[in-house]
Amino acid sequence: MTGPIVEQAIIRAHQQEWARVVADLARRFGDLDVAEEATAEAFVAAAERWPREGVPPNPGGWLATTATRKAIDWLRRESQRDAKHQAARIVYDDTPAEPTGPVEDDRLRLVFTCCHPALATEARVALTLRLLGGLTVAEIARAFLVQETTMARRITRAKVKIKAAHIPYRVPSAGDIRERLTGVLAVVYLIFNEGYLAGEGDDPVRVDLTDQAIHLGRLLRTLLPDDGEVAGLLALMLFTDARRAARVSRTGELVTLDEQDRGAWDRDLIAEGNALVRERIEAVAAGGDPPGRYQLQAAINAVHTQAPSARDTNWSAIVALYDRLVLLDPSPIVRLNRAVALAEIDGPEVGLAEIDRLAEILDGYHAFHAARADLLRRLRRGGESRAAYDRSIGLAGNPAERAYLTRRRDQLAG
Amino acid sequence: MPRYLLSAHGPAFADTGAFNERLHRDGHFVFAGGLEPATTATTVDGQREQPAFTDGPYQETQECLGGFWVIEAADLDVALALAAEGSKACRGPVEVRPFRTEEPARALPVP
Repeated sequence: MTGPIVEQAIIRAHQQEWARVVADLARRFGDLDVAEEATAEAFVAAAERWPREGVPPNPGGWLATTATRKAIDWLRRESQRDAKHQAARIVYDDTPAEPTGPVEDDRLRLVFTCCHPALATEARVALTLRLLGGLTVAEIARAFLVQETTMARRITRAKVKIKAAHIPYRVPSAGDIRERLTGVLAVVYLIFNEGYLAGEGDDPVRVDLTDQAIHLGRLLRTLLPDDGEVAGLLALMLFTDARRAARVSRTGELVTLDEQDRGAWDRDLIAEGNALVRERIEAVAAGGDPPGRYQLQAAINAVHTQAPSARDTNWSAIVALYDRLVLLDPSPIVRLNRAVALAEIDGPEVGLAEIDRLAEILDGYHAFHAARADLLRRLRRGGESRAAYDRSIGLAGNPAERAYLTRRRDQLAG
Repeated sequence: MPRYLLSAHGPAFADTGAFNERLHRDGHFVFAGGLEPATTATTVDGQREQPAFTDGPYQETQECLGGFWVIEAADLDVALALAAEGSKACRGPVEVRPFRTEEPARALPVP
């Protein structure tokens, strides 16, 4: 068997099987450390043996069996160090998963344990990337620009808390699942935005994180195929990611939606997103739950992707969707985005008046000043526009965004 | 069954009778007690030859500790739900802290 084929098989197995193997071991051995270590060792064994022995006919089964053996070895080693635990720890549960919640997949239990509300947000993100995404601690540390030892401590502390406080390995009850799922989706979207809006560092987009978030979004979609917000979040991430190539210019400058080369948008991702949005529109029409915030944001993005240019966008549909979003989430950021869309229908003066109402609360937010600067420019109030660009440049952390804002400022007449 | 200490930081520990009854009824109750104000506390440091006695609580945050429960619960989700009820009863936040246990076999509770 040739090298690249085996390498591809290992990469594919890692994407498809990592979370499944961790989740299965976590249930049977009742220990996340054991599950994580044994799964990692099984993948090391695959990298050693598959090139020599060939890719097994059922890679997932091979990995699960190997990881189980590694876990038993690992526990034997541990128990020799600590003899009094021996009898207790060697016993493990070999039964298949019991259906306990809406869905019986062990991976869903793992999702809810990693994103448990008793863990700090940054710990939820790190655990999700490690245990569900299969990223190494070094990769997660690099993505969040922290020292590897810091990230390792963060993950260890979270696992210690799960163990000591008896955070359960369970899909929440029907009464709690809606709220808990909202927390899970927030973790995935946070990972996506950390990649897409990279606030710090030199890379304008961190592809590893956006790809990982979409991978997690697809996993959730597999596990909860009927959930509207799961579909909505996946569609939203696909639409946003579809514009990746058009969003940063060759010179490393941010390109805003109105100036993007729409031919460079990824049509496959857009088609996938549109299929999800259509499915949700039909589900809501058939009497399903009204759309939540991710479905509404996905719908807004769907309107953009259908427009041949910024000028030909159906802005009144977008404002109508923002009106519904404001009802669910009256945060100043949503109102800012609504005001920007409103300016396209009712003119920059109306948009500016709306935006200025948010001045106090959004004064420290670069996008607020960038939106003001643009509307002031269109109103030919050059001096005020320049001042707003200056504020925005001072607050923006992303280098591509700073480059864009600087160019726009320098293009102001006089 | 895991045990948790619920520390009540509300002003109304005396009003938690109904909640205590529920803990008894559903088999969660181990122990509970209201505390006199922190001004009555004495901190003892017995690490040296002569113990040192200091008037007042050890930590500033202990000043508002009004009482506590020791409960048994299957896992943290159950303990957090009970703590939310206790918080309502004592009208203040409740800290949930697991007791150290000697049962390593099933560290991750699987129902």
